[in-house]
Amino acid sequence: MSHLPYLAAGWILLAGIFGMVTSRNLVHVVVCLSVTQSATYVLLLAIGYRKGGTAPVFSDIKPTGKVVDPVVQAMTLTDIVVNATATALLLALAVQVAKRRGTIDPDELRPLE
Amino acid sequence: MSRRTRFAVFAVGAAGLVILFVLAAFRLPDFGGRFHPYGERAVTSAIAEKTKNVVSSVNFDQRAFDTVGEELILFASALGAVILLRMVRREREEEAGEHGYGPADVFDALRLTGYLLLPVTLLVGVYIVAHGHLSPGGGFQGGVVLGTALHLLYLTGDYPALARLRPVPVFESAEALGAGAFVVLGLAGAGLLIPMNSVVGLEVGCAFVLVLAKFFEQALLVRTDDAGTEDS
Repeated sequence: MSHLPYLAAGWILLAGIFGMVTSRNLVHVVVCLSVTQSATYVLLLAIGYRKGGTAPVFSDIKPTGKVVDPVVQAMTLTDIVVNATATALLLALAVQVAKRRGTIDPDELRPLE
Repeated sequence: MSRRTRFAVFAVGAAGLVILFVLAAFRLPDFGGRFHPYGERAVTSAIAEKTKNVVSSVNFDQRAFDTVGEELILFASALGAVILLRMVRREREEEAGEHGYGPADVFDALRLTGYLLLPVTLLVGVYIVAHGHLSPGGGFQGGVVLGTALHLLYLTGDYPALARLRPVPVFESAEALGAGAFVVLGLAGAGLLIPMNSVVGLEVGCAFVLVLAKFFEQALLVRTDDAGTEDS
């Protein structure tokens, strides 16, 4: 059972991709992409976890205290920032698609005229 | 591609992914294990630098140069969103007042809460940025709080007040200034945690304000000429 968190990350990844593949709405696609990307948060944090460890902030614990891996936490932070900006960019694209084509159903979008 | 074909392609890909992912997952170190060589080195190095928040230390000290890349991703996508949402031909921007987007009809309690929370939230944002090296927080988190705090004014129903509070050109310049300053600090070297946190806070806050401003413009003010009659 000690690998269950990693498998959970894989499950979230698949759920997100499934949502994107079957989606009928571009905003929904963007949200699904966010879900897909959050699989990497789970994976990173799961890898960095240490039994009995606490947050890697030494304001109120001794420098010898047991903490979880700060490197993957920093990477998760990077990941979240990139996710937020990518979401903004894609939503802006969705707005433009809706204005130009009058639809946000990916199936109704034809190749560029 | 029909939905059926697309689903078939997905099923094949997903099956492959599941097999490879499960095989890989079982060769990863055990969950909660003790083997964290990079983590231990990061902690040792942060303590040597007397930085209490190791995550901040990793982001803005040990890997500051990589964070410059992340910062530029943020800058580029904010810029991209702003460009995508610019006015195009056949569109015109309406004055905020033109459609009675004055203070909207919201509950007094909601309005009061918004006005009261605005300064408090801004203060919390500044605190999170300023204490990023000591306690959980930092430029990215605090910047988001700062950038979204202003939008409490929108929740109080007062879009014109929000528009007055965030003159877009000022925030555009601040955003560019933040990005430039961060690149300089990143190249300058290690150990500049506090200035880096502040600059990142500035940039993230401005990026959020700009992107949200553009979305608000699209939703509230931009009208295509031929569809100019259907609104609010």
